[in-house]
Amino acid sequence: MPVRPHTGLIIDGFTLGEKLHTGGFATIWGVTHPDHAMPMVMKVPTILDGYDGPTIVGFEVEQMIMPRLAGPHVPHVIGIGGFDVMPYIVTEMIQGGSFLKTFQAAPLPLSDVIEIAARMVDAVADLHRQHVIHLDLKPENFLQRTTGEMVLVDYGLSRHDQLPDLLAEEFTIPMGTFPFIAPEQYLRCRDDLRSDLFALGAMLYALATGRNPWGTPETLRGVRKRLWRDPEPPRAIRPEIPEWLQEIILRALVIDPMQRYQTAAQMAFDLGHPQQVKLTARAHKLRQDGWLQVWDRWRIMRKIRRFTAPKSVAAQLASVPVIVVAVDLSPEGERLARTLRTAVQRMLTIQPDARIACVNVIKTARMGIDQGTDDQGNNLHVVRLVQLKVWADSIDLPDHRLTYTVLDGPNPAQAILDYATANHVDHILLGARGHSTARRYLGSVSAQVVAEAHCSVTVIRLPEGPHGNAIGATATG
Amino acid sequence: MRFAILTDIHANREAFQAVLDDARAHRADRIVMLGDIVGYGPDPGWCCDTAARLAGEGALCVQGNHDAVASGAVDGMSTLARRAMDWTRTRLTEAQRQFLSALPLTATVEDILFVHASANDPGAWSYVTSDTRAAPSFRATTARLIFCGHTHVPLLASEDANGMVREQGLRADMTIPLLRSRRWLAVVGAVGQPRDGVAQAGWALLDTATNELSFRRTPYDVQCTSDKLRAAGLPEALALRLLKGK
Repeated sequence: MPVRPHTGLIIDGFTLGEKLHTGGFATIWGVTHPDHAMPMVMKVPTILDGYDGPTIVGFEVEQMIMPRLAGPHVPHVIGIGGFDVMPYIVTEMIQGGSFLKTFQAAPLPLSDVIEIAARMVDAVADLHRQHVIHLDLKPENFLQRTTGEMVLVDYGLSRHDQLPDLLAEEFTIPMGTFPFIAPEQYLRCRDDLRSDLFALGAMLYALATGRNPWGTPETLRGVRKRLWRDPEPPRAIRPEIPEWLQEIILRALVIDPMQRYQTAAQMAFDLGHPQQVKLTARAHKLRQDGWLQVWDRWRIMRKIRRFTAPKSVAAQLASVPVIVVAVDLSPEGERLARTLRTAVQRMLTIQPDARIACVNVIKTARMGIDQGTDDQGNNLHVVRLVQLKVWADSIDLPDHRLTYTVLDGPNPAQAILDYATANHVDHILLGARGHSTARRYLGSVSAQVVAEAHCSVTVIRLPEGPHGNAIGATATG
Repeated sequence: MRFAILTDIHANREAFQAVLDDARAHRADRIVMLGDIVGYGPDPGWCCDTAARLAGEGALCVQGNHDAVASGAVDGMSTLARRAMDWTRTRLTEAQRQFLSALPLTATVEDILFVHASANDPGAWSYVTSDTRAAPSFRATTARLIFCGHTHVPLLASEDANGMVREQGLRADMTIPLLRSRRWLAVVGAVGQPRDGVAQAGWALLDTATNELSFRRTPYDVQCTSDKLRAAGLPEALALRLLKGK
């Protein structure tokens, strides 16, 4: 590297200001550029004289991956410099700063833990959707925007599954951060997005309890222990942690990736629907497994060389979709609701691992006060929830993969769209009522959902006769 | 500049035409042919004329081993290749033979080297089948990008700053940023006779503006080409190879 970074250096139009941070492998500088008004930072790898393979390859990986990423959860890349003069990556400066300080204040109030967890999982879900597994999730690598979104940084160990993996054969030891590294990553697997979910679980554990699940190991031997030893249950350390939160944390920390959450979207879904998290023995557990159980696991795990990884990130996301079914529970929608249910059942035969979220929208007035109760004084939400459960009764899915939510809002389509975005939904199923003039001009719920959804939408209609009327039923407006 | 890089066309008119159409659809500015225009396939004359016409319009074309023997002595070939070559020679005109024999062994555009086989001794027709076998090519040239064919199986390797050459795993539809911190070698899969189990024409698109390479597969009428092979009385193994892509 012929040029070394220093304050005042001008390279490709960027002027280096103050050095903001010195890390193990890189320095971070504030930079300005006449063509870019926004605050920016430049990351420059610290390349030692002579051979410094790991740093160089890690930086090459970042240079490959980062320009391909987009959206609020990744830093926007402005410039990249080659190794011939001085390697660098210039990105926007994330104003909210690092999440590390918050993390160091753990244990946090539980409401904060839950809120932060949701934002962290959202960021990871977004990265996975872009075919990237981070593989080095730790508090330092989460920055926060002033608008609240978490931004993931440092892609030096990451894997983009549509790009060559320059790191694959480069190193013979596992790479990652010891307190958060997943068992399969310890076994040198770099293709499993569930490794990131494990790291999330380990961080949530720490946020909630103030300790890392396996302490702070300094040797690989210490890391290896997590292949058989279970962490102390969070509720044993802090009894006010709700059972559902312990369920989520421990489920993310299961040794075998097949038994863990399968996607970040699933984890986000549970964080967003605490009352519908299925509680298993994990949720109630108050002490670590006994020595006999641990010894049994040790006998199996000490011989294990690898866990099965998914075919690709996209294939893994597609195999466990979240499907929202928007059900119209009004009397005139009854026939359509039945047809919709059949469609859901059919869909489950081709996507048996899907998670079905049944929603119903209570339309509220745009202004004024809405009554939450009907004429008889029954709570409308509760009434609808009961109806929704009755509707879904014949859908054959285990409880935790079938959820019910009653939404409300003046614009039902918008309520469905917002719910879909917030819950990383892959597919929306809903019925469309007949064609009437009013519907054509005023717009229908299904038309708006189809037009504006960021995911696939399937619209179910009743079979129609030749004159546009639903057979055996009158088309309603 | 967007280069459409084709190799091992092997007298397969349907595959050649399909790739040329696909390359145009992908807004390729310049065609590069890495040799083996003829051999194995049923349309050597048409493929020769098309390659010559494209070359006249600015395309680059280097010579492959089949092109060399089409106008010279047949030796060092497998029985199958030799039988097809004996037939091919009877189908070529003098002008076509001359076009093939006059092709250069390599072509260079800026920091890119185009060659049919291993770049260390282009006329020796060595196969680049692994990172170990790619290393001599890197040593033989200072070019930043090396493109070759000959093996009929796509491969990507890179040489890092320390001279370590490694093969990079490939998946279909990858667009690879050719990092300037390394040098790269790509074996472009065959247009006219793929051998990696995919019965679609293989080629590559290099965009020098974005510095990205994509390996592409283009479907073509395999049945038509294999019917022609059979009608010409060429060995059945050649038809089966096209149908299976290996």
